[in-house]
Formats: sequence, C-alpha cells, structure tokens
Amino acid sequence: MTAMQIVFLLTAVVALFSAFRVVTTPNMVHAALWLIVTLSSVAVLYVLLSASFFAVVQIVVYVGAIAILMMFVVMLTRREMRDRGPQLGKQWPWAAVLAVLAFGGLTWLVRSAALPASPVGEVPATSVADLGAALVNPGGFVIPFEIASVLLLAALIGAVYVAWTRRNS
Amino acid sequence: MGILSQPVGAIAEWLRNLLLGWGLSPGLTTVLLYLIGAGVLATLVQTWVIFLIWYERKIIGRFQDRLGPNRVGPYGLLQPFADFIKIMTKEVIIPEGADKPIYILGPIVMDAGVLMLWAVIPLMPMVGMDINVAALYTIAVGAFATLGILMSGWASNNKFALVSAIRTVAQMISYEVPTVLALLVPVLLAGTMSLQGIVEAQHVWYIVAAPLAFLIYFISSVAEVGRTPFDLLEAESEIVAGFHIEYSGMVFAIFYVGDFLHAFTIGALAAVLFLGGWRGPGAEAFPLLGLLYLWIKAFAVYFLVVWARGSLPRVRIDQMMNFSWKFLTPLALVLLVLTAVLDYFVAGWGAWGQALSHLVMNLVVGWLVLRYLQAWEKARAARRPVVAQPGQYPVARPPRPAVAETSTEAAS
Amino acid sequence: MDSWIYIGIFVALSFFFPALLAVLGWFLGPRRPNPVKQDTYECGLETVGETWVQFKIQYYLFALVFLIFDVELVFLYPWAVAYHKLPLYGVIEGVIFVVMLAAALVYAWRKGALEWA
Repeated sequence: MTAMQIVFLLTAVVALFSAFRVVTTPNMVHAALWLIVTLSSVAVLYVLLSASFFAVVQIVVYVGAIAILMMFVVMLTRREMRDRGPQLGKQWPWAAVLAVLAFGGLTWLVRSAALPASPVGEVPATSVADLGAALVNPGGFVIPFEIASVLLLAALIGAVYVAWTRRNS
Repeated sequence: MGILSQPVGAIAEWLRNLLLGWGLSPGLTTVLLYLIGAGVLATLVQTWVIFLIWYERKIIGRFQDRLGPNRVGPYGLLQPFADFIKIMTKEVIIPEGADKPIYILGPIVMDAGVLMLWAVIPLMPMVGMDINVAALYTIAVGAFATLGILMSGWASNNKFALVSAIRTVAQMISYEVPTVLALLVPVLLAGTMSLQGIVEAQHVWYIVAAPLAFLIYFISSVAEVGRTPFDLLEAESEIVAGFHIEYSGMVFAIFYVGDFLHAFTIGALAAVLFLGGWRGPGAEAFPLLGLLYLWIKAFAVYFLVVWARGSLPRVRIDQMMNFSWKFLTPLALVLLVLTAVLDYFVAGWGAWGQALSHLVMNLVVGWLVLRYLQAWEKARAARRPVVAQPGQYPVARPPRPAVAETSTEAAS
Repeated sequence: MDSWIYIGIFVALSFFFPALLAVLGWFLGPRRPNPVKQDTYECGLETVGETWVQFKIQYYLFALVFLIFDVELVFLYPWAVAYHKLPLYGVIEGVIFVVMLAAALVYAWRKGALEWA
C-alpha cells in the first residue's frame, strides 16, 4: 500500500463518517458543520486526483458559499438551538429500500465500468490554462460556457423574484 | 549552492543528505523536510504576532497622541510577552448553555484559516510552494476564517454574539465578490494563478498598471478581516465585542492573535499581488534581500490598515452593504472588462508601455468615478432639507428658535 | 503533487498550533466555575428569552445574489489564466460572460434586492 492509498482511505473514512453524521445529528447547525467536513474531504480527494483547480473550487463554492449559506439559513429561520423533532419520517421504509437500490445500482455501475487501473497520470502544469482555453474555444465548450452564464442569470432572477414576492406579501 | 544565493535550498539540501545518510527512504525524507519547513514557517509566523501587537499598539498610540506601551523593556517591546504570560494563566470560562465543542473549535478554525494563507505566499525567489491555483487558494482558505467566527458566534449562547455571527456572514458575502473580481486583474495580467508566477511577471509593479484594482482589493480585504471602518462584527458600542464576548483566557488570545495576523497577512498578500512581492534591487542574487523587501512592503500596507483603524469611524450596516454591492462590485466589473480589452491591444508594447497605458485607463476611470460621486453627493445634498441663511454655513437642521437662546442667556 | 504534500502538512499544522495554544491555556489556567461567572454576559442585566432569535430575511436575499456571483467568478479564473493565449474571439467570449454577470447585478439592483430597508 502506498502512502497515497493510505491518505485516500483516511479521507474516504472521514468523508463517509461525516456524511453519516450529517443525516443523523439532530442539530441543524451541527449537520451543516459535518457537511463542511464532508465537502472538505472531497476537496482532498480532488487533490489526490491531481485536479487542484477543482479542489480549490470545491472549497470556494461549497464550503465558502453553499455550506455557510446553509448555516446562515438555519440561523435565520430556526427558533430553537436544538431541534428535538423525530429523526425519521413515516415513509422511512420506502426511503431505505430506495437507498439500498440506488447503492446497489451505483455499485454495479462502478464495478462493470472499465476504469483505468491508475487514475493519476501526469497532469501538465498548464492544466488550468488549458481549461480556460477550452472554455472559450469554438471547437471546445464555448456554448456550454455562455449557456452557464445565462443559466446563472436566470437562477438569480428566479431567486430574487421568489424572495421578493414573499417579502412584499 | 551557497548559503547566500540559495539560503533555504542549501539548508534543505544539507538536511536531506543528513537524513538520507541515516538510511531513511527518499519519500519519507521529503515529507520530513516539508514538515520541518512548514513547522518552522508556521511557528515564526505565529510568533511574529507578538511583534505585530507591539507595532500596532505603538502606532495607534501615536495616532491618539499617546506614547503607547513604553514601560516593559526598551520602547515597551517586551509588553506583549508580559501580556502573553498573563493571559496564559487566566481561566478559560465556558458560559452556561454554550455548545462546548464548537465553542472551542471556533477560534482554532479562525486562526487556522489565517495561518493556512502562509503556505502559498512566496517569501523570496524560489521559496514558497508554487501551486498553480494559489490565488484562488487564498480566497478558499479565507472561508475558514469566516467559518470560525460564525461558529464561535453561534456557539456562545449570547444574543450579541449571534448578531455578530450573522453580520460576519453578511459582510463576508458582500465583500468576497469585489475581492475575487479585483484578484482577477493581476491573474489576468500575469496569465497565471501561481503567486510566485505573479511576482515574477511584475516587471512593473501591478499597482502602476492597476491602481484601482489594488484599492478595491485592499478595501474589501480590510472588510473581510473585519477591521475598522468595517468592524461591525465587533462594534463595541452596539454588540459589545460580538463573537468573542464570551471568550476569556487563552481561547480569547487565539482570536486576538488571529486578528492581528490576518491584518498583516492581507498586507503581505497585497504586496505580493500588487507591489511586486520580493522584487527589488539585488533580490535575484541574494534571496534574503527579497524577504526583506517583501516584509517592508507588507508593513507598508499593514500601516495603511492601522492608519484606517486610527482615523476612520465605523460605517453603518446599510452603508457597508451599499458600498460593496453598488460601488465596489460594479466598478470592479467595469475595470475587469476594460483591462481585458485594453490588454489585448497593447500586448506588444513592452512592460512599461503596457503598464502606462493601463495606468492612463485607470486614471480616466478613476476621474469619471470621482465626478460621478461628486454629482451623486450634490444630488443627495439637494434632497436633504437644508436651511441656508445669508452669511452662514448651510446647516442640515433649522436654527434654534430665538426663545431658547434668550433663556440660556438669562440662565447664565 | 509535491507542493500539495507541503500544503497538506501546512494545513494540518495550522490547525495544530492554535489547538496547542488552547490546550496549554486549559491546563495552565485555573478552573473555578460558578453560576454567576458562567452566566451569559449581557451588560450586567439578566438575559431575557431565548438566544436563538430570527433575523431579517433581507440577509437571505444578499446571500442568494452572492452565491450566483461566486459560481460565475469561478468560471472566469481559467479564462483569465488562459487570457494571453486567446484570440480576440476568446477575449470577447469572456467579456460577454462578464457582461452577463453585470446584467445580473443590474437586475438585482433595479428590483431592489440590494436595498437595505
């Protein structure tokens, strides 16, 4: 076992454990904090795959924006520090069945896919520049790139519209 | 490889040979070397705060027409040591109803978020880790500093602390946008996100080519640190110190250390991004000189932060939000577009030609912005009910009725 | 990859140092808790009601606008890095992206989402 594999296994254990805590902890803010641990470990996994740009973006967008916003929203809306409601809804057997099915399906998919033996090749130092060039290359991803900006604009308009009408009524 | 031309390289080489001589594997040797390097740098940076506290107290003292600390040691230099020993022996009080693990973790995460920045700052030529996403990394770890404040504000079981936590998030989300936009300008000019690469690309300091971006970066960094005039998260007069209201002893000291270090770190970052980092005469030949240059520049920017703290009043929360969203962000967007378009056309003009043409563009934009602000201020003043008497300065309030004046005269 | 080992070690140390300080403080300081000392500090008055109160929804609107901006800006970084190698076409593509971002800001502004009322 190489050092890299040990780091990977440790990170994976941390990610899985914290993901488990996200859904089992009764306290919403604790759940958000565990989520931050999960997302950070995913960033470490990106680093292990030599995808450093995505590792940093993972932290900037998911930890820096989304997870903190979740904590923020919990603070804005919940009156109680500790939520003491039941952890399981009435439909939990159905959810369990669906979860097991999804897990089985994903396992089957991963096992049947022809994955390369070693995922880490040599990544050129200019990978970020290559990504940037590909984003605006007419032969590359220029249409998705521009559509992404339109999509985000639409998302913003939607968000402002929804929050605005709520506030006025 | 001499100790003068490659100080860190030479020491590292010597240590590597020593460790390899002990029969360690090359991989383990590398990890050990990194551990030693990181340990030394982190310890030095953390200890450096002791000097920063003295420096800031001294400067603030002068701004307020006082002497500052001057009793313990020469020029009061040993004052922070005395304070540190005192605070070590103080009780760590955990308030009733606090969420203990998060309460303790809060300051640790905050301080860690600041320390982590030093992993990528290029201290001198060839030293400092050269990852190709370093610029974005500085934004990413900034999230941890915010997170630490948010955690401690929430876990303290105190209304003031919670208000402070919410304000922290509001401030962070408002000022991260201009920070990221202003950071894009040096990245675009240098064509790399590696901080070492940005320093090497600065044949002419970027403060010449992008003075407005420097200003935006500086202001929004100060806001992200939560320094005056943006210290709404502490605001002693409204929320009595905010997130660290319930902290005492050593855990409070961690906040204190983190705050001072953060202010100096943004100085160092601004120096790297806009003031040429370690660049200076002779820095290539004698890297230690480069470290000195970086330190002087970082202190210059840090002095600006302290200056602002010593002279500006705190802004209101609506002013703070407006300033970011309605002034800094649009300005940064316009600047980014103009820089991108202009740089394409002046690409072949040489370092100074490029820098000066950008400077001219910045000056024109800056002048237009100033004119706009003047017009806006005039329009605002016109909306305000102003009572102007001939021969008097215009005042915002009508003059007092004559009755009151006579009665005070009668009383005296 | 080598640099990331260094960064990983540095990040671990960054958490270790303040934690060490906290542990030191915990062991060096005295510990004499009493109810009055541990009471919530509120300028000397007794605390009234729960700490966790609700806040203005206005904060949330800013948060949403911020989220959109953050995601868009991340797209711009690779573009800025590749900038010097791009043809005019690529530069203009990036500028269009920024203009879209500006349009989002203008919309939020006109709608009053950036109004602190």
